[in-house]
Amino acid sequence: MATPPKRKWSWRSGAGRALVYQALLVVVLLGLLAYLASNTVRNMQARGIQSGFGFLADAAGFDISESLISFESIDPYWKAFLVGLLNTLRVAAIGIVLTTVLGTLLGVGRFASNALVRGACYAYVELFRNVPVLLQLLMWYLLLVEYLPAPQEPIHLLGDWVFLSKGGLAFPVPQWSPHWAWSVPVPSGFLMEGGATVTPEFLAVLLGLSLYTAAFVAEVVRSGIASVSRGQADAAASLGLSPAQTMRLVTLPQALRVIVPPLTNQYLNLTKNSSLAVAIGYPDVVSIANTALNQTGRAVECIAIIMLVYLSTSLSTSALMNAYNRRVAIAER
Amino acid sequence: MSAFLPLPARPAPVRNRGALPWMRRNLFGNWPSRVVTALALVFVAWLLPQAVSWGLWHAVFERSTDACQAARGSGACWGVVAEKYRIILWGRYPFEQHWRAELASVVLLGLVVASCMRRFWNRWLLLGWAVGLSIFFGLMGGGVLGLVAVPSDQWGGLPLTLMLSTLSVAGAFPLAVLVALGRRSNLPLVRSLCVVYIELIRGVPLISVLFMASFLFPLLLPVGATPDVLVRVLAGITLFSAAYLAEIVRGGLQALPRGQLEAAASLGLGYWRTQGLVVLPQALATVVPGIMGSFISLFKDTSLVTIVSLYELTGALGLALNGDADWRPFKIEAYLFIAAIYFCFCFSMSRYSLWVERQLAQSKAR
Repeated sequence: MATPPKRKWSWRSGAGRALVYQALLVVVLLGLLAYLASNTVRNMQARGIQSGFGFLADAAGFDISESLISFESIDPYWKAFLVGLLNTLRVAAIGIVLTTVLGTLLGVGRFASNALVRGACYAYVELFRNVPVLLQLLMWYLLLVEYLPAPQEPIHLLGDWVFLSKGGLAFPVPQWSPHWAWSVPVPSGFLMEGGATVTPEFLAVLLGLSLYTAAFVAEVVRSGIASVSRGQADAAASLGLSPAQTMRLVTLPQALRVIVPPLTNQYLNLTKNSSLAVAIGYPDVVSIANTALNQTGRAVECIAIIMLVYLSTSLSTSALMNAYNRRVAIAER
Repeated sequence: MSAFLPLPARPAPVRNRGALPWMRRNLFGNWPSRVVTALALVFVAWLLPQAVSWGLWHAVFERSTDACQAARGSGACWGVVAEKYRIILWGRYPFEQHWRAELASVVLLGLVVASCMRRFWNRWLLLGWAVGLSIFFGLMGGGVLGLVAVPSDQWGGLPLTLMLSTLSVAGAFPLAVLVALGRRSNLPLVRSLCVVYIELIRGVPLISVLFMASFLFPLLLPVGATPDVLVRVLAGITLFSAAYLAEIVRGGLQALPRGQLEAAASLGLGYWRTQGLVVLPQALATVVPGIMGSFISLFKDTSLVTIVSLYELTGALGLALNGDADWRPFKIEAYLFIAAIYFCFCFSMSRYSLWVERQLAQSKAR
């Protein structure tokens, strides 16, 4: 019986070289890490920077303009970060819904039989994706706070139900007071009584992010639809399906397989871009961390928190979308 | 016996070329289409006069705040651009030295445009870049040939945007190719290192990387050695976009059939020659649209450095208007001005990408 050849660890064997290269890599990496760590420790000592996450229990000492949970300046830092996280998630979740609807419409519109619809969708995509999203956020914010009327005389968007002004957007919400009823906003001086109000900062971030990302989603949808072969649409037409039915029943389900992975990336981009809210003062997790960083000087900890938040959001979103992708991909033969 | 009856002649074919038949098909094809066309025409008829009246007819082009205030609400104030364009374009650069920033931008822009043209794709281009970049930094930094020295914290506006995007492209591209190759390497350690780098960077927003560049990088270096904030931000953007670019390059690597690698191996090519001569030329060609898209988003992303207090185009606009109560009400016109600048750059890049794709399709069709 032949014995398996003994492995020779020499420079002439690929496995031997691989081992040497990787050992070298480990040494270099460890050396680099040790060097950076020792520099950091020495720099922190030299500048008298304190470290550790102990500051999270201290009182924050600043107010937050909008929050889903009650927050006061005597509350600890960790609660401030939680408020920021909730604000980030809120704008990202609503933005994802808006951008999906708008982006799908725009993407499907590129295949309309009417040339004006095709042209308008094309113009939208080119216009919105070729201008930096930060600039778009700043422009929306400026438009909202400069050109809208004062809170005393708001625009009636929907009769006496929805109001838009410099103070933000006020809309009715269902409320439990003895029984379920709509709490309708009523303008009274500078404030709205009843209903719910979102600030212009929130609106600007939401509008800017959704409209910008919609241009990319439209391209994703368009290329997905274009990837479905013409024969499919021809076959559907010969079965007597209307163009709308063809799109809904034949083309889109097949296009989804191509669309879902890049669509996930766009959702993640929208979530990550919500960090630009710091530029217009919407209290998302980055602007809270920025404030905390300036107050406490703990750069390492604050940046670590930002990264942790976004990494966990990114990873969980992509896990969710991968699960969905497995479901749509199952139609494969 | 019945009489012979010929079938009626077929109708003449409908003319389907030219403008009128096109309009019949694409604008008035069926009832929904007709309704949409009619609605769109009404909308344009309502919007266009207003837009022209606001942007041109009633707009104020002179540099007078009084005239602009008088026209507020009815016409745009392009006077703000006429008044402030130098600060918007050149940032905090010393006023009497602006010609240097202008010249430096022209040199850099010329280099980029030349690099895009096929006739310059030879070894002289590298020399051109070396010379061009020295001229750029000589002009911007000064201190040579009798030019007044301008510290880099006073650089701003368009030259800064151009410099940040070209240099980070130049840095990110080679890094991305290496990382993409590393992610497909046979060495498990190299592979996992590249995966961690890519996923870590792609999981966080650019702002956090820029915060790192401005707050953390100084802590990582030896005590006392603090590199220029420009260099740190440049390193941050480069590391960030290299991760995205690496994933695009990996897509190209994966699209390459295994046979190519086997053929290279049977010719006796080693790892680096296989990658350099066989794999990369084909892999990169297939992902040109992705690479160009990533360059475009890098160009747009340079606008974020304003958050860490560098005054590139977007930051310089805030610099020009935030402190000036007279002109601040007309910020939206100034925003439109720089949005137009960004649009021109990005749109021409995406058109160029289409041209490169066509060139490559020709080479494939042979």
